[in-house]
Amino acid sequence: MKADAMQRQAVNTERAADAAAGEVVLTVENLSLDFRLRTEILHAVRNVSFQLRRGQTLCLVGESGSGKSVTARALLRILDKNGAITSGRILLAGKTGAIDIAPLTERSPELLKIRGGRIGLIFQEPMSSLSPVHTIGSQITEALRLHRRMDKKQARAETIELLRQVEIPNPDTAIDRYTFEFSGGMRQRAMIAMALAADPEILIADEPTTALDVTTQAEILDLIKRLQVSRGMAMLLITHDMGVVAEVADTVAVMHYGRIVETGSTDAIFYDPKHAYTRSLLRSTVKLEQNQRSYAAAAPVATAPAPVLSLRNLSKTYGASTGWLGGNSNPIRAVDAVSFDLYPGENLGIVGESGSGKTTLGRLILRTVEPSSGTITYFGQDKPVEVTGLSKHELKSFHRDVRLVFQDPFASLNPRMTVKQVIGDPLVVSGKAKGAALEQRVAELLELVGLDPMAMERYPHAFSGGQRQRIGIARALALDPRILIADEATAALDVSIRAQILDLLLDIQKRLELSFIFISHDISVVRYFCDRVAVMHRGKLVEMGTAEQICTDPKEPYTRSLISAVPNPDPRNKRMLHRTRFSV
Amino acid sequence: MLNYVIKRLIYMIPTLFGMSMIAFMIIQLPPGDYLSSLLATMADSGQNIDPAQVEALRRSYGFDDPIWLQYWKWISGILFRGDFGYSFEWNRPVADLIWERMGSTLALSIASLLFVWAVSLPIGIYSAMRRHSVGDYAFTFLGFIGLAIPNFILALTLMYVSYKFFGQSVGGLFSPEYVEAPWSVAKFVDLLGHIWIAVIVIGTSGTAALIRILRANLTDELNKPYVITAKAKGLPEYRAVIKYPVRIALNPFVSAIGWVLPELISGVTITAIVLNLPTAGPLLLRALISQDMYLAGSFILLMGVLTLVGMLVSDILLALLDPRIRFN
Repeated sequence: MKADAMQRQAVNTERAADAAAGEVVLTVENLSLDFRLRTEILHAVRNVSFQLRRGQTLCLVGESGSGKSVTARALLRILDKNGAITSGRILLAGKTGAIDIAPLTERSPELLKIRGGRIGLIFQEPMSSLSPVHTIGSQITEALRLHRRMDKKQARAETIELLRQVEIPNPDTAIDRYTFEFSGGMRQRAMIAMALAADPEILIADEPTTALDVTTQAEILDLIKRLQVSRGMAMLLITHDMGVVAEVADTVAVMHYGRIVETGSTDAIFYDPKHAYTRSLLRSTVKLEQNQRSYAAAAPVATAPAPVLSLRNLSKTYGASTGWLGGNSNPIRAVDAVSFDLYPGENLGIVGESGSGKTTLGRLILRTVEPSSGTITYFGQDKPVEVTGLSKHELKSFHRDVRLVFQDPFASLNPRMTVKQVIGDPLVVSGKAKGAALEQRVAELLELVGLDPMAMERYPHAFSGGQRQRIGIARALALDPRILIADEATAALDVSIRAQILDLLLDIQKRLELSFIFISHDISVVRYFCDRVAVMHRGKLVEMGTAEQICTDPKEPYTRSLISAVPNPDPRNKRMLHRTRFSV
Repeated sequence: MLNYVIKRLIYMIPTLFGMSMIAFMIIQLPPGDYLSSLLATMADSGQNIDPAQVEALRRSYGFDDPIWLQYWKWISGILFRGDFGYSFEWNRPVADLIWERMGSTLALSIASLLFVWAVSLPIGIYSAMRRHSVGDYAFTFLGFIGLAIPNFILALTLMYVSYKFFGQSVGGLFSPEYVEAPWSVAKFVDLLGHIWIAVIVIGTSGTAALIRILRANLTDELNKPYVITAKAKGLPEYRAVIKYPVRIALNPFVSAIGWVLPELISGVTITAIVLNLPTAGPLLLRALISQDMYLAGSFILLMGVLTLVGMLVSDILLALLDPRIRFN
């Protein structure tokens, strides 16, 4: 056991020495991938070439559908049944010369040795990427027994050691736990431990932190970086987030429509981009770093007009019932005594990690979730309305004024309704318009959100994600609301589309005198879009201030740790490494 | 886990009570009783019965008592003495009749279940992994034929084949010379020679259904990211598939175990009649036709009990198989 550890230590130092040399471990040459679809052949990846070097990180950047994930999987020859490598070579360097992975068949023993043994893979969704019915330990020991030929006892001891290395607390009990007993960050750590089990030379991480909160993301990226340095691994990191790229990459390859349009050092890509697509990608990223509302920031607060919505001590507690079956003595306070005012024409951002209660707060305001206590006062047309006291019928008119924009543009539009029906639905339900008037109103709305009114007879599937989100916004605007609640409205969109949608919302707001409650976990989006920001943590409103103040000069320790964990899309000014940590 | 089982067992008591009442009511529902159907049969065959004698029988069987009293006599007998009543038609205690048939029924059901699983598991896995291949289509075709052929036709065909080509005695589970013989190796071999027909007949339809269920479930699971993780780990395809997605696709199999136990009694009656198998099905049918009420009622009650036990067993197995269920 000890000898083994020493040997590995030796291997690691040897690798570290190699790393200094930056020796090439994997070369991809002119790789092309085709997918047979029902009616056509999709050239998902075309003539892609890159190199991975020991101890260095190559970031493959691109928007959804650019082919970056399939490229990564092709390196392990994991392709869907209808996919095939049509040309190119994948050369994995070895002591006895390079092996070309591309022509290997699915069942060849060489390939099985490479998978997991020499190249490890981490995925985006740690929940669905681990089996829910096997313990963490059983899934890791399997890799050890397969590649390092350990017996059960050794493998278990080694697994505990691996879990310790990825900083999972109490590794000797965690090994027998199931994935659903872990938080997202812990699951991703277990996934990393599994990918590293056989001590691979190359680690492929496919959007490893996209599903995680910013603070967890920062910790996981830290961890991956440390493990990479100590083991001298080459890493291929796939991401759509330029901030992450700036924080961790040595080299960057930008992918667009299945081709690598530009490759270069991180510094060169960020400060001297050559290709037009790279420039536009950076522009939309950097644009989100600045506040668009600074000109108006002080205005609503300074003049202090009457608020349009006012929350006082709003709370929601779950599991507090004390029925005879035995109530829970430890109720969960999803939202804990939140108070704030929303002014006309103001954009209020609500940020927080998952589980902080921000989504529940949005639902409480609409009363789709009933508040446990507290008041919501809406200052409508004539007199103030106490929302918590409204009857079901009265709630309807409140819902006409306060509307919701959903997160998922794919799931929130009924695929069997035409765009006209989708947008016109609120008008029909409220009896405001029908026939020609309806059609005219829908056309107006489509123009307002920048879509062609001719499109109203088409079905949602004919539109891209960004266009669908526009349709969702048009639907929300149909009844001339005064407040829009947008819950992660841009989270499912690519960065360039995200900026467009935010600009659209700002433009519409200028024209229609709307107020926004913008719920997001993405600090940069909030910074771009909002006048004021409320930071939530464990159901409580921790801090509230102007967007600029929260992002540049946060007062509370929690806000500081949150803001400092946001990756900075500037490789010369890495923020995450110097982040402050918040301990509870 | 133990708490859960105990709780489930306690919940079963009121359910069983309700079930016994319903079973008793059902057997009382048809107009008339065993005596009137006996009289009708005898009148058909030209026999005459003294009405006074009928009246005496009626009184001694307790047919004139109010229904709740009849129920009480029946249920208290079962609860306190294990006495399920008396079969009028067979002139024997019901308990003897039932237990006599249970052994062969159980053997037959378990054999068919094993047959179904042994055939459908590998084929289902193969079909899902090699979807739209020649093999998949061939198995699917055979499976649907198995599903479509009525059991009794298959039974008759196989009986003909076994008689014509293997020279076996037709029907039953044993050759005539072994029926009353004590257990011996020769008798067991004789049993194997007979039981395969029944097992194939009973199993084919179930096999086809399970192949389709497994194929559909597994097809969904095969595209899940955790399968890619397993592959990326370097597991060979079949090992990866059997350890991860098959395990999850098995859930419906395990849930179906709950139905196997009540099937013991009521299932495959037609096959049992055609093949002259000494199982519970034909006996229940006969009892219902002749209004042999204590025999029929006991069977119905037993089916209820077996359903509950079967559900409990499958829930426990499911919890063992799937930790997500265990922990909730």
